[in-house]
Amino acid sequence: MSTNVEMTTEIRPFQVDISDEALEDLRRRIAATNWPEKETVADQSQGVPLALIQELARYWATEYDWRTCEAALHALPQFITEIDGLDIHYIHVRSKHDNALPLIVNHGWPGSIIEQLKIIDPLVNPTGHGGSAADAFDVVIPSMPGYGFSGKPTSTGWGPERMGRAWDVLMTRLGYSRYVAQGGDWGAFVVDLMGVEPPPGLLAIHSNYPGTVPADVDAAAGAGAAAPAGLSAEETRAYEHLVFSYKQVAYAKLMGTRPQTLYGIADSPVGLAAWLLDHGDGDGQPAAALVSALTRTTSETGELTRDEVLDNITLYWLTNTGVSASRLYWEYKGGFFNVKGVSIPVAVSVFPGEQYQAPRSWTEQAYPNLIYFNEVDKGGHFAAWEQPDLFAMEVRAGFRSLR
Amino acid sequence: MSSAVEAAVAVRPFHFEVKQEELDDLRRRVAATRWPEKETVTDQSQGVQLATIQALARYWGSEYDFGRLEARLKDLPQFVTEIDGLDVHFILVKSTHEDALPLIITHGWPGSFIEMLNVIGPLTDPTAHGGNAEDAFDVVIPSMPGYGFSGKPTTTGWDPIHIARAWIALMRRLGYSRYVAQGGDWGAQITDVMGAEAPPELLGIHSNMPGTVPPEISMALASNVLGAGDPPPSGLTADEQRAYDRLSFLFTKGIGYALEMGLRPQTLYGLADSPIALAAWMLDHDALSLDDIARAFVDEESVGNLTRDEVLDNITMTWLTNTGISSGRLYWENTLGFFDVKGATVPAAVTVFPNELFRAPRSWTERAYPNLIYFNEVAEGNHFAAWQEPEIFTNELRAAFKSLR
Repeated sequence: MSTNVEMTTEIRPFQVDISDEALEDLRRRIAATNWPEKETVADQSQGVPLALIQELARYWATEYDWRTCEAALHALPQFITEIDGLDIHYIHVRSKHDNALPLIVNHGWPGSIIEQLKIIDPLVNPTGHGGSAADAFDVVIPSMPGYGFSGKPTSTGWGPERMGRAWDVLMTRLGYSRYVAQGGDWGAFVVDLMGVEPPPGLLAIHSNYPGTVPADVDAAAGAGAAAPAGLSAEETRAYEHLVFSYKQVAYAKLMGTRPQTLYGIADSPVGLAAWLLDHGDGDGQPAAALVSALTRTTSETGELTRDEVLDNITLYWLTNTGVSASRLYWEYKGGFFNVKGVSIPVAVSVFPGEQYQAPRSWTEQAYPNLIYFNEVDKGGHFAAWEQPDLFAMEVRAGFRSLR
Repeated sequence: MSSAVEAAVAVRPFHFEVKQEELDDLRRRVAATRWPEKETVTDQSQGVQLATIQALARYWGSEYDFGRLEARLKDLPQFVTEIDGLDVHFILVKSTHEDALPLIITHGWPGSFIEMLNVIGPLTDPTAHGGNAEDAFDVVIPSMPGYGFSGKPTTTGWDPIHIARAWIALMRRLGYSRYVAQGGDWGAQITDVMGAEAPPELLGIHSNMPGTVPPEISMALASNVLGAGDPPPSGLTADEQRAYDRLSFLFTKGIGYALEMGLRPQTLYGLADSPIALAAWMLDHDALSLDDIARAFVDEESVGNLTRDEVLDNITMTWLTNTGISSGRLYWENTLGFFDVKGATVPAAVTVFPNELFRAPRSWTERAYPNLIYFNEVAEGNHFAAWQEPEIFTNELRAAFKSLR
């Protein structure tokens, strides 16, 4: 083996290290924000309201402390390894339990590894969180290319299919010959596509954003047409949510066609924050779960807080990944909610605040090898972030039969 | 008449002044821009290329003369008058020739009255610009609500129909009992709507972005915005097919900015906070005009009159008035199809510029405007017809409205 190959498969320890200067610059820019006038409506129908973003900016510039987040990240084993020419950053926490099941968890947009931090301990250390040793996972949480501390692609081609292949290289490189994969949002596309042409080590996937929508229903929803005939009550409700979701995807269309034009999310912290906040869930746009998090300063039960929302936004700012992350939409040519053709065992959890609630009927058709289906009573699009304990229980239950 | 009403209908002179402090702040912000990495392609398919916007930033931050905007506007007669509770700014230049035809010209997005500055002289003073005295126009160039020096609406309702009605009120207030109207982009829609409202004093309209797309074509295009929709209609002529193909590119690849401003204008805080974000956003209107503007900055070679200075005058004015978001809100207000037939009944004149978003075929244009008095395809010009090709544009208006004098 040549030295060159050895170099490229090397795994290097990684620590987040942000300079004081970068944090001061961020605070200075927030304080110097040039604001537009207030929206001309009394609700969120024109975008992120001025009062909401101004209050967030005030807190961000004066009270928010990135170093708390950084300390939490320091406590986690993180690494970088080059795959397919690109540095891939990931968190890797091994369980102390024997026979822990290796699991790779893939975040989405406008998220990052920050979404997954609270599920790590429940998954690797189940006995400390109401589970049994037999529920243990080794957890790998990569940053997608262009996101967080992973490299930014300098050429085209890093769509979800290629990421899926990279994740298999990563898991193999970590010595895992059998593993499972989990994802929501982009992470769901990646794990679905991993399941379409499954590498031998991949036992199964779990999705909290399953692609289940039949082609005719998806086309009608995209065009905002009347619901196709013959839908059940549950399917009709899903259809209505899909129509609503399709009406929220202007940001996705823009990033899918002109990501580079978004210079404001590189140059303006408030421009970035508003752009990241304005992603919808089933209950609103911006996501109702995020808006309610902005008034939650502490949480006993792991529910999303204002600091966590800012941890994610600050991570995007400090890594200057707004545009590089957006480019993933440009790379992707496939559908959002459609059936991807997964053949391996699949577990699905349906969260009530997700953009649409996948009906069991569609899910069974979409995933011929459906091993688990459950509808839970709380949580939404950012399931792992919003309801980490419930999410961990779903992942345990979803994969139990494969151990 | 009460004094409150008098105050409201008063036409007040307007002068543009800019504080040195604001220019210094702008320059400082441009210099302090934090850049993203370069795009991952070698063309404009991901948006405004880093090299283009950095060339713009360099010129804007160092060579561009911030005094030129003020100087250009200094001697121009400008006014403000309140219409429907909002201050409307306009330029009004009367011709020295008798019987000049009054003309109201409406700009579009991402434009402003800046687009029209170079046609004022030729239109009002034709004898000095290769025309005859009987080609003369009195020219009224308003700033749309939320644009330039007009007020920013604080409530909803200022859509193109409302603006069209305000222009009808403005021309009446200025005492014009017979006039014509012209527009491109939003201005074209507003002018089309004026032509549908058809007040008796409106003699005719001219459009350089005519709303001509038949309903079945419009529906097919719209069904493809978010994924694979209806196939192209069959039976199109070669001209119609070419128009359809250009529109199809626009609806699938080039409409993101319009969708975003149509749904979430307020979220675009970067446009208010970052001069470079604003500049890139305004450059990225359509692929063909972006090509021309990129050439001006990267190759320092302007296509027509679309020079670096012209482009930056418009962006600088938008920055100084902080109208990036208020102007974008017009997309949110709009309920009309951009290129749909608006039902104009007055005499209509159309000029087709080759690099417009699509070239309106004569067939569609004749169907869209039952009273079509003029149709011409010219050899040069993109979406910003008046701005880029002031001479062609002027000649077109003279020819188009000749029969109505």
